[in-house]
Amino acid sequence: MDEKQRQVIRTALEKYEEDIKRTITRFPERKNVFYTASKAEVNRLYTPLDMQELDPLEDIGIPGSYPFTRGVQPNMYRGRLWTMRMYAGFATAEESNKRYKFLLEQGQSGLSVAFDLPTQIGYDSDHTLAEGEVGKVGVAIDSLKDMETLFDGIPLDKVSTSMTINAPASILLAMYIAVGEKQGVSKDKLRGTIQNDILKEYIARGTYIFPTAPSMRLITDIFAYCSKEVPSWNTISISGYHIREAGSTASQEVGFTLADGIAYVEAALEAGLDIDSFAPRLSFFFNAHNDLLEEVAKFRAARRLWARIMKERFGAKNPKSMMMKFHTQTGGSTLTAQQTENNIVRVAIQTLAAVLGGTQSLHTNSKDEALALPTEESVQTALRTQQIVAYESGVANTVDPLAGSYYIEAKTTEIENEAMDYIRRIDDMGGAPRAIDAGFIQREIMDAAYRYQIDIEKGENIVVGVNKYQVEEPSPSGLLRVDLSVGESQKEKLRILRAERDNEAVAAALEKLRLTCEGSENVMPVVIEAVKTYATLGEIADVMRDVFGEYQQSVII
Amino acid sequence: MEKPIRVLVAKPGLDGHDRGAKVIARALRDAGMEVIYTGLRQTPEQIVAAAIQEDVEVVAVSILSGAHATLLPKIRDLLNEEGAQDMLFVAGGVIPDEDITFLKEKGIAAVFTPGTATTEVVSFIQENVKK
Repeated sequence: MDEKQRQVIRTALEKYEEDIKRTITRFPERKNVFYTASKAEVNRLYTPLDMQELDPLEDIGIPGSYPFTRGVQPNMYRGRLWTMRMYAGFATAEESNKRYKFLLEQGQSGLSVAFDLPTQIGYDSDHTLAEGEVGKVGVAIDSLKDMETLFDGIPLDKVSTSMTINAPASILLAMYIAVGEKQGVSKDKLRGTIQNDILKEYIARGTYIFPTAPSMRLITDIFAYCSKEVPSWNTISISGYHIREAGSTASQEVGFTLADGIAYVEAALEAGLDIDSFAPRLSFFFNAHNDLLEEVAKFRAARRLWARIMKERFGAKNPKSMMMKFHTQTGGSTLTAQQTENNIVRVAIQTLAAVLGGTQSLHTNSKDEALALPTEESVQTALRTQQIVAYESGVANTVDPLAGSYYIEAKTTEIENEAMDYIRRIDDMGGAPRAIDAGFIQREIMDAAYRYQIDIEKGENIVVGVNKYQVEEPSPSGLLRVDLSVGESQKEKLRILRAERDNEAVAAALEKLRLTCEGSENVMPVVIEAVKTYATLGEIADVMRDVFGEYQQSVII
Repeated sequence: MEKPIRVLVAKPGLDGHDRGAKVIARALRDAGMEVIYTGLRQTPEQIVAAAIQEDVEVVAVSILSGAHATLLPKIRDLLNEEGAQDMLFVAGGVIPDEDITFLKEKGIAAVFTPGTATTEVVSFIQENVKK
């Protein structure tokens, strides 16, 4: 655009502004200031002037090429649709195995395993802290036995499996490798992801075990091991999802997640790994909230910023190292316990956001999740929502269809800049682990969460069915319940396991693990050996607790 | 001036979802109460010990792990055993209606579910606290 064209637009806009001013003195707008869901101000109108700083090639670019603003694949969903991956798991391995088979029959293309909280925190089902929690929010896995049952009849060379596991990620990955081996599937054929992102556990999700330094070592051990032995495995899913659920804004979600990503890259470089040996296996995980256009811009901004960081800051050479691949889940915190049918509509909007934002895989939440774990029926509707967007809406037929929209491009740049500001502030504090220890990230998120809640209570944010259009309704029925007998049956399985296995082999493997943890060799091979002796998750985690100690949370309100 | 109400906000169980607990803690503080927040993964015993030691009038717990039916009655019982029958005990989180009836029978004074305004929690505490 040359100066003459800009002048023409400016003149037209001046007249527009004058006309509008006259109109709104007679018919005021609905609000004096309009905001996004993240409380960023939204202009009345966006024009070519809002994207005049953008270079069509360097900033927006070509899909499949640096800086990947428009997507990581050249033809995106025209080639292959995103992976429809529903996060599921509850009760026992037997029950969850049934749900996985149901989902695969329904046309789902990858598994996503939810573990119960004791498993996520490295306790066996018979630990006192596990009381009441066994099998509640995911499946209980105590040993390789449970893992064998979980994937019974599911060939591991035919599915890709995502596991939401962080502090004990090495143990669950070891079990998955061992199950594969028993099925006759070699490590190089295994495909999937472990979440393995401890920093966001300290920030927002809470299932940490060990202090920062040994946690970072476990993570880099996994990077190093998989780059050689399990080359198709995504070794980490650097997660903004939980940061957003904890109440952050869209820009904070990008800024804090990428700051965590930078910390992992730096830890791996410090451990002596070459950037291009592990960076292509880094993956990300984001949230999709209701503010459709802000969310689309967020995904695009995150991709561009990560590409630039990898190339300019870390000197990556392989384009795959610069590509941000990500999973998306629709926003759990946007679901309401009131008029739960409305949640189907919210999830549909969020699905559109994720797809228009170019996600690689997607979990859609079910309408009843503000009340309980979802039933099979509501999970089916959530999966159908993805299928309708994929096959009926038409948005998957062309690449990055919202590119070039004045608002989308301006917003993409705005989020990138705000996220980069956060990254600079975190760098100044010495990196993400230090910023977490200082409580900076947690406090920023909490401030945003509280502001959002207050805005709802003042009626400045409208949530349909909650602070507007409420109705009297009967209490919902037919919710999924996990009964307490799951805990008892897991305990019984453990008792039998401990009686039947070769306990000398277990003790020897655990001793070897202790020595490795105390030293500096990669822990993965000995963890794999230990799980194969049927040492339990809790026994292995206990050895690590003993050597590494436990993380102490800084309590921030 | 009247002495402010003292509240212990606690997270029993293993779940790490503390957005609700923290929002409530701030709202109670902004309403003039003195608030102590325990942090994550507190056992019923730890929560009760903290409540007694901090000499609070109210215990407000947040739980989203599904373990409410086990943990909440246990906290109430332990409070009673410590002679704190008068201590107001309220809970919030993802808790189905049918469990709320059961929890109220077990002496949990109120259960606040998603979508509750913080002002509602504040006024419930102000109206029901025994000073």
